[in-house]
Formats: sequence, structure tokens, C-alpha cells
Amino acid sequence: MSAKSVTAKAADAPGRDGTTSKKGPQSSLWARFDHSVVPYILISPFFLLFIGFGIFPIVYSAIISFQSYRIESPAYRSGESVPQFTRRNVGLENYERVITSGDFLQALGNTFGLFILSAVPQLLFALFIASLLNRKLRMQSFYRVGILIPFITPIVASSIVFSVFFARDMGQANWVLSLFNVETTRGEGGTLTTFDGIDWRNQRWSAWLAIIIMINWKWTGYNALLYLAAMQSIPKDVYEAAALDGAGATRQLWSITVPMIRPMVIFTVVLSTIGSLQLFAEPVQFDPNPSLGEGGGVRHLWRTVAQLIWHTGWGAPKNFGMAGAMSWVLFVVVVVVAALNAYLTNKIGGRK
Amino acid sequence: MSAPAAVETHDEVEYQKPHGRRKEALLGRSPQDTSAGWLNYVLLTIIVVVGAWPIYWAGVIMTAGEDKIYKPGTPEFLPGTWEIAKFNFDVITMRIQPQGYPNYSSSNFERSFMNSILVVAIVVTSTLFFCSLAGFAFAKLRFKGRDPLFYFVVLTLTIPAQLGIVGGYQIMEALGWLGTLLAVTVPALVSAFGVFYMRQFIEDAIPDELIESARVDGATTFRVYASIVVPIIRPAMGVLGLLTAVGAWNEYIWSLVVVGGSEWQTIGPALHNLRAGATPKASIMLTGSFLASVPLILLLVVAGRQIVRGLMEGAVKA
Repeated sequence: MSAKSVTAKAADAPGRDGTTSKKGPQSSLWARFDHSVVPYILISPFFLLFIGFGIFPIVYSAIISFQSYRIESPAYRSGESVPQFTRRNVGLENYERVITSGDFLQALGNTFGLFILSAVPQLLFALFIASLLNRKLRMQSFYRVGILIPFITPIVASSIVFSVFFARDMGQANWVLSLFNVETTRGEGGTLTTFDGIDWRNQRWSAWLAIIIMINWKWTGYNALLYLAAMQSIPKDVYEAAALDGAGATRQLWSITVPMIRPMVIFTVVLSTIGSLQLFAEPVQFDPNPSLGEGGGVRHLWRTVAQLIWHTGWGAPKNFGMAGAMSWVLFVVVVVVAALNAYLTNKIGGRK
Repeated sequence: MSAPAAVETHDEVEYQKPHGRRKEALLGRSPQDTSAGWLNYVLLTIIVVVGAWPIYWAGVIMTAGEDKIYKPGTPEFLPGTWEIAKFNFDVITMRIQPQGYPNYSSSNFERSFMNSILVVAIVVTSTLFFCSLAGFAFAKLRFKGRDPLFYFVVLTLTIPAQLGIVGGYQIMEALGWLGTLLAVTVPALVSAFGVFYMRQFIEDAIPDELIESARVDGATTFRVYASIVVPIIRPAMGVLGLLTAVGAWNEYIWSLVVVGGSEWQTIGPALHNLRAGATPKASIMLTGSFLASVPLILLLVVAGRQIVRGLMEGAVKA
């Protein structure tokens, strides 16, 4: 980068012994303006919008998180109550309530569980798909484009379809299970019911499995493409050297391909950490009725932090102070986990 | 690997008479020069079919109707008739209001669909313009604070967008933008990723000599941008535009919060609101899901190669 810029510097530097005023028709004042002010003019629309609507909201979330900013219904003497937003500073009270709240800790646990259980198989499977794609293929473009279909499908749309697939009675997931004679019997005596497959929303493991399937359906192909890109930039003669050592195809995959795409693996680990700790659309649409209730089913089995933030701020509680505090706690967790993941991935890969 | 071990492996190889992938690997051929076997094609085809299945099936139900969604035995796999598709289309666009169907005014599907097209057009245009300007400045101009500012941009790439949602909502409310087009466009007019992507591409694609010689001829910075940079980075702008369009069309939580239920509702919250009401109809939810996916499926059919190339190039540079 710096080597390239040297020439640019020489060209741009105005009035250095008069070398730049070779043929330029403009006055030197205009040239100086062009060199010293115009760059800022070029970046300023971006920065103004980005700071105003990208950074400032984050800062403002932090300010709100130190306030009690919620809807309250003070009762008047007439017996009426008029709900209104109240706002006052409360210091760290919101944070205290967030980190001691069972709801938040449960949501954090759900988010983490879903993240780890989805990310690990997802990245391994993406590696597998990438190695399938990393061959001399007929219709290469067709397959590469084809695995991107889930990536471009609107997330609400696919989540709605999956929520129908995972219906208890006559959903497609249970139809597949019925082919393997999986059945569930529930109830006792006269109310005994038997149905094919699983009541997906009734217990944690099956609800999580359903959501994990949705997440991995969406992101595996995308990650596979990123791995493929990295694989194709590995110099070919490395494989010749490995062949001299007698390494077979599988051995080459694990001893050459995987270590050499390590930076990309770290990149995807960080991306999927950030992405899945914000998990929202899939669990929301998995709810029997996303517009009502508190999210995550009867016992909030699959309610994630993002869902809880949404519910706390825009659902019944209308408590923006708490929602802001939750966002920031989640953010700190995301940063720590992403850094830890990157470190661990680097470390594990480095041992090879 | 120690020498004796290597010798041993070679012996084993000769004994086994290797074939196929193993043989090619042992010949030192890189995976990408190795021909794919039939199993390779079968697996990839299955993966593509599974990826396309949910939206295909939503389309099947749009043409087959409510009673084909939950039926005993084998699920419906094949499309039905145009009449049923027309019926579902008329219901979701509120042209007819049959008995037993909820009122879909909170979804306002047709208007929301058009709103999303407008939002995508605005967001893509402005992202391309502002991000290529800034990317050009970061790649080829020298100014004080350039590197720290660029690192700042890169750093913010890792901040989850949701962190700002509470504050952002309050700002929109204070500005009086809730429920307006401004709330879903203005915050999306630029993206840090766009600047990053443009800067990487311009850095590599445009030789400094080209800019230098234009400057010697008296071209101003704006002139260099318009007549040298833009023509060269057109392919990269295409890719960034496609990725931005996909992102803007699929946006969900922010638009749900700021324009959900309003006249400027976009397609994400519109789908969300198809599920509202006491007795939501799954066939209409699936019809909406299918229709909402159509523009992006078309985009993938027309420009899939560019999207793939963009993702792969962008990834390697990152």
C-alpha cells in the first residue's frame, strides 16, 4: 500500500519546487484547493451519513440505557390512567436489572446455544461443499449460483416456509421422519394422541434443532463460496509437493487446504459469531403467532436476545431503557466472544 | 514426515493401484484440476435442490391452495392451477375478500412491495455514488487522517447493526420520521462495507500512473473520478449494487420497528403482518413468501455470476 502511494504523493504534492505546475491550466490556488480540500469533500457525505445514522444511534442507545425510559400509567384521582412515556436518569439500574434478570440470562443462553450448535456444523459442512465445488466441474457457474439461492431468499419468507415445515401435524419435517417410522405418543387414557414425527415446538432440543436447520440452510452455501474463493488462491505446486510425500486426497484436504485457508476460516468464524448472536428472524417466525405473546413459545424455549430486545422496547413493556441496556450487554458479549473465537481458531489452526 | 514413512506410503500406493481422485492427488494435481466424479455432481445437485426447495414449495402452494398445505401422506410436490394462483394473488393484493380470510390491510402487500422497490432503488443509487467517492479518496488521494479514518470504517464493519436500533428509533421519532420513507432510506444511504469494497477494488484496478497522467493534463480530482475511476470500476459497482439490493430487500428488524404497519411499510414487515390476526391463512403467508422472493430469484438468474464473483473476490481481498 505504502509503496504504491509514493508515486501518488509525488504527483499530488502541490508546489514542491514548482514541479506540479507543469501544464496545469488552473491557478495554483485552485490546485491547492483540489489537493487539500477536495479529498475531504469526497469522503464527507459518507461520514456525515454514517456518523449521523450509523454511529450516533449506537451512542444514543448507550445514553438511553442509563435512563428509565418507558411507558408508565400514573393513576389520576378520577381513576383514569393515561399511559405516557417517562424519562429520567437512573444510572446503572437498567444494567443491574438486565444482568440479574432470568429472562435475559435465558435469552442469552438460548442465543449462545443456538450459535454454537449451528456454527460448528455449518462451517464444517461449508468446507465440505467448498471441496465439492473445488474441482473441475461442468456447469460450474450453475452450481456456484445455485448454492446461493438460500442467501438471497428473503429471510422472513424462508422462515415462514420453515415454520410451516415444522408444523406438528402433517408438516414436511414430520413427513420425512414418518418415512423412518418416527412417532410420538402423548397424553394419557382417553386423550392419548399419536402423531408422526415430533412436536417441534414442545421441547427445547427440537425447537432448537428446527431453528438451527433454518440458520444453516441459509448460510452454509454462502460460507462455502467464501471457502472456495480461498481454496482457489492456494498455489497449485503445493499439492505437487504433498504428492511427493505421498499424501492422498483426504490427507491433502486436512493438511494443506484447510491450514492454507485459515485466514478465511477465522473471517467466517467472526462473521457467523456476529451474525448468529443477533439471531432474530428465524426464532420470531418460528413462533406460532409472532405478533402476539412474548416470543420463543410458551416457556420462551427459543427466545433470543434480539427477540427480547424487540419485545422489551416495542412489545408490551415499552421499556426502552432496558432494551438499550440489553443491546449494550449483548454487544460486549459479542465482542468478547468474537475475539475469543478468532483467537482460538488461530491457535488451533496454528498447531498444524 | 520422516523418510521411511514416505517410502512406506509409496509402497502401499503401488500395491493398492490407486484410481480416481486419489490417483490424481498422488500425481500432485491440485483439487481444482481434478475432474469431479459422479458422486460430486449428485451431492451438489441435492444441495442446490434443498436450497431452492422452500421457495419452490411456497410457489407450489400458491398454485395449489390452502387444503394442500396440511394433508395426510405425501406432501404436495407439484404446482396446481393458474386459477388458484390468481385467487391467492387477488386475496393477498386485497382485490377480493373471500369468506373466512382475514383482512390483509395491515400487510398492504402490493403497496409494501412497491415501497421496497423504491427503497432499493434509492439505497443502491446513493450507496454506489457516495461509497465510490469515499473509496476513491481512501484508495488514491493523500490527505491528513486518511489511514485512521479508514481503519475506523473497517472497525465499524464488525459492529452489529442491532446495537443502534433503540437509539436509532428514538432519533427517527424525534425527527418525526417514523412511518415515512425517510426512516427506511436515509440510514441506509451509505454503508461501511461499500466504502471498504470500493477502496479495495480501486486500489487494485486503477494504476497510479493513469491518474498521474490525467493530473498532468490538468484534470481535477472530480474529473479524474468521473472520467477515469467510474468507467473502470463499473463491474465492481455492479457487484456492490447487487449485494446492496439483496440486503435492502431482505431488511427486517429495522423496518419492522420504524415503518411496520404504516403506509411506507416495506416487504419484510409486510410478510410479518401476513401472520397477524386470529386465523392466519398459511396459503396466503406462503403466497407472500413466494412473491417476495421473485425479484431476488430473478436477480440471481440474471446476475448470479456477478454476485458469485463479487462475493468471492471481496472475500479474498478481505
